[in-house]
Amino acid sequence: MAAKKNWPLWEIFVRSKNGLEHRHFGSLHAADAEMALENARDVYTRRNEGVSIWVVESKNITASNPDNNGELFEPAQDKIYRHPTFYDLPDEVKHM
Amino acid sequence: MSDEQIRSLEEQFEARIARDEKIEPKDWMPEKYRKTHIRQMSQHAHSEIVGMLPEGNWITRAPSLRRKVALLAKVQDEAGHGLYLYSACETLGISRDELYEQLHSGKAKYSSIFNYPTVTWADMGAIGWLVDGAAIINQVPLCSTSYGPYARAMVRVCKEESFHQRQGFEIMMKLAQGTPEQKEMAQDALNRWWWPSLMMLGPTDAASTHTEQSMKWKLKRKTNDELRQQFIDQTVPQADLIGLRIPDPDLKWNEETGHYDFGEIDWEEFWQVVKGHGPCNRERMNARVGAWEGGQWVRDAAMAHAEKKENKKVKQAI
Repeated sequence: MAAKKNWPLWEIFVRSKNGLEHRHFGSLHAADAEMALENARDVYTRRNEGVSIWVVESKNITASNPDNNGELFEPAQDKIYRHPTFYDLPDEVKHM
Repeated sequence: MSDEQIRSLEEQFEARIARDEKIEPKDWMPEKYRKTHIRQMSQHAHSEIVGMLPEGNWITRAPSLRRKVALLAKVQDEAGHGLYLYSACETLGISRDELYEQLHSGKAKYSSIFNYPTVTWADMGAIGWLVDGAAIINQVPLCSTSYGPYARAMVRVCKEESFHQRQGFEIMMKLAQGTPEQKEMAQDALNRWWWPSLMMLGPTDAASTHTEQSMKWKLKRKTNDELRQQFIDQTVPQADLIGLRIPDPDLKWNEETGHYDFGEIDWEEFWQVVKGHGPCNRERMNARVGAWEGGQWVRDAAMAHAEKKENKKVKQAI
């Protein structure tokens, strides 16, 4: 018997209403993109949760490694000059 | 990694959970955390899938269209809940096939309540009211459990589950207000499902082996006995309201504790069912394995079709 081929895994992104971004909702197995869309519609939008669906095969997603979180994300922590509150303004300036 | 390094990682890990930080799939985690989560989450997923069987039995015989659409929607929800939970479980590096294999071989368990038969329409009411009621009590605290994918799946499950309990209670209420025969049918269902529902919340704290570790990892926020008491306290007044009698002669309101006292649970029955000797264990597994094997050719055909389409696309591009 030939090696069993399992349906690949897909990541599902749903836009809950126009004006909002697509958000990751979960994942599911499907033979192809079309079936992934149909299954996503049945699984993730049974109660009007969405107006648009994206499906991406999971293997196409490249994720950062949490082991590298230090070098990736810590440098931003001491750059307080990127935030508006870093700058002094006279009290007379009410809105800026 | 040396033992000492692992110990230090474990300490940091426990501290993160104690600070209410979430653990995500790619984070380092102790092997025991991974294994315990695979066990609990898959058991939960299997329960959703096997739980469709006793109810599927009544879809074609629902007494009205209103009841039929509700039951269909509930069973479909359960398939969805199983899927959310399997997906969350797969983030821990176990494949869907391995999970199914564990269910089908009997290595993994599912909730023992689904090994009881559904012999009358009133059982659909009792399951929704009692079984889903007990499940909700179990599940709500899991919305804030430490493993991110599990917590997110549970938020969705809980949001969808509350209609399940309400539709069940409505069925019981209507039967209890109906003819004497209908009321008797409702009472009979309550008689049969009450004790198994209490057992569903797990062995007593004294006999529960995983409680301490699970509390630390927030897989559990309350003990089995606390959850059971909560279930009883909330359900007894509901039964009173619709004129049904809880089948426990020792059930009594205790003014001092502010809780109901209740009778002895037959744990021997519980363990028998867990070990596979319940009324429907074999029937449920046969139905489940049969559905999976019978669907193999459909899954193969869909895969072959997808590959054919993909090849055609590649050829056209050349």
